Amino acid sequence: MSIVNDSVLFLVLRRMRTPLIVMILIYAISIFGLVLIPGIDAAGVSTAPMSFFDAFYFISYTATTIGFGEIPNAFSYGQRFWVTVCIYLTVIGWTYSILSILGLLKDDALQRALARGRFQRKVKNLSEPFCIICGLGETGALIAQTLDQVQMRFVVLDTRAEPLQELELGDYQADVPALNADAQLPSTLLLAGLRRPQCKAVLAVTNSDEANLAIAMTVRLLNPGIPIIARAEHAATAANMNSFDTNFVVDPYALYARRLGLAMRSPPSYQLVECLTRVPGSAIPELHQPPIGKWIICGYGHFGRAIVQHLDSMGLHDNIRIIDPRSTSPDDHLSIISSGTDANPLIDAGIKEAVGLVAASDNDINNLSIAITARELNPDLFIVMRQSTSGNSMLFEAFDANLTMVTTHTVAHACLSFLTTPMLSRFIREIEKQSSDWAESALAALLPICAGRVPFVWTTRINHIKTPALTQVLQHTDLSIPLSALMTSNRNRTQPLKALPLMMERAGKIILRPDADFPLHAGDKIIWAGSREAWNEQKLTTNYSNALNYVLTGKSGADSWLGKLFNT
Amino acid sequence: MNLEKVVFGFFILLAATLNFGFFIGDIARPELHHVYELFAAIVVNLIATTLKFGDRTQIGAIHLATSLVADLQLIAAAITWGVAVHVLQVGMTPEITASVVSLSGGALFANVVSVILLIAETLMMRR
Repeated sequence: MSIVNDSVLFLVLRRMRTPLIVMILIYAISIFGLVLIPGIDAAGVSTAPMSFFDAFYFISYTATTIGFGEIPNAFSYGQRFWVTVCIYLTVIGWTYSILSILGLLKDDALQRALARGRFQRKVKNLSEPFCIICGLGETGALIAQTLDQVQMRFVVLDTRAEPLQELELGDYQADVPALNADAQLPSTLLLAGLRRPQCKAVLAVTNSDEANLAIAMTVRLLNPGIPIIARAEHAATAANMNSFDTNFVVDPYALYARRLGLAMRSPPSYQLVECLTRVPGSAIPELHQPPIGKWIICGYGHFGRAIVQHLDSMGLHDNIRIIDPRSTSPDDHLSIISSGTDANPLIDAGIKEAVGLVAASDNDINNLSIAITARELNPDLFIVMRQSTSGNSMLFEAFDANLTMVTTHTVAHACLSFLTTPMLSRFIREIEKQSSDWAESALAALLPICAGRVPFVWTTRINHIKTPALTQVLQHTDLSIPLSALMTSNRNRTQPLKALPLMMERAGKIILRPDADFPLHAGDKIIWAGSREAWNEQKLTTNYSNALNYVLTGKSGADSWLGKLFNT
Repeated sequence: MNLEKVVFGFFILLAATLNFGFFIGDIARPELHHVYELFAAIVVNLIATTLKFGDRTQIGAIHLATSLVADLQLIAAAITWGVAVHVLQVGMTPEITASVVSLSGGALFANVVSVILLIAETLMMRR
């Protein structure tokens, strides 16, 4: 028996002590009374009292209110008096016991113990690879939904009960084990299956940096082999996490600043990256062209600093004006000490001739106020806003800034692309190196495939486990199979699949956008973007020799021995 | 002083003493073993068992086990007695009395183990 079930049993036994003792005493007193009181026979002569067995028998059926009518002799008055007392005693005893059991069922401690038991059982029954999501805030929920869409299993931990209740009501394909417990405690993480071989990754995406750090540390110590993806809002936390080899530290501000820099250098590259990292099925991001010129940064916190760094690296050092209420030392940039919510400091900073503004403070309302004032002063301004709380989404939508950085979304997108397609981050680095013309041609090839929605992105590894049929043919025949085989429908080979090869990795070398007639080798890794149907069909082709055979030759050969028998 | 500990010790000792009171005396003579004593021993033993519920420690587990053994032995003795008197209607012959008393002797042994555990536990506690 497991530890958790044991504790439920002990808890029940412990709580049942008093009712049980009360019942034993009531039975004992009733029986003893009957044994002492003399009876009476039909002639009215006093007889010996009941024996212990008779008394136990009588009390057994009376106490349980079965009211079995078998009485050996009519009772004497003494016996009747006593039996009246017994009936009331036993009924009160039973009522008390039953109420105690019912109260126990509603007991918090018991419910928690039962929930832990259920959770442990569910995790134990997970036979597929899964990851552990710690913290089901907005980020965690977004990650959970998307992982469910791409059919990856996961376990959820959160200290609050409400998000978990929403998870239960949510529309998920898979059964999601969820527990209301503190993921910072090692025992909770172990209960969630941290040491199970199926556990593939741990995501620390709670709202608190401190908790994320503690989770990352616990995981590193308890199961060093497992990848940790952790969210860090402060540079110090990120540095701390990197110091003990956290695999992927998501610093949303640095990440977003980097993207903004990319958008300024090459707008199509930015659009391409956004298109590949957003949640599949959402609307395609628009093309944004942040202008190069004079920028005003309101709020010189972690986010502001990250953006200024990127602007500096683009040679805009002298064109940056910083507005911050704290008297920070903004690394010899021109700065004004003010919150920036009224017009004067903005005019002083030169809003009239500025091209862009970043509202980067950590207060959503201040950011909105800054942006509204700035737009009134200069309607052509390119405005980038930071949104911290999802509750304010409607306000931000109503204002309609050119770009809005939603912290939780940025974190979720980064985590997802790392989890579902680990090679994607490498591809994004390649995109950053390419010119805007290259990105434009890639977009031109991608957009017709995705029909206005963000495509699914997946990796195909050509090996015995992932693509048995394809590997078999590649290794045992001299047949050269072109990449186009994986882009052909296995229902009708004249039809192409809605899938675009983005990048191929062969023996450490990178080939960007390989051609359709590129020959495949065992050991290749290819990143694709396309529809979910194309993904599924491609999986079928690479897994079953029948489908592969049809795609390659146009003949649908029977593979079973029965089919072969008929064909010969 | 902890009242819970007093009650716990009281019932364990009382279970052992009542059991001893029933057991003592010539094994084959029914007049030396009164049915009231057996009844009292069973009731107190059951209460002692219930008091031992819900202790997760090793010593708690052994405590519970000894009590369950004593209960089983005493109930077996009571059933033997009842069957002999009411079902077979042979009365308390020396043989029946001997088997009832020896069953209660087994229970006494379990109760003695229980008392030893109680003493050991108390001695192990440091002030």
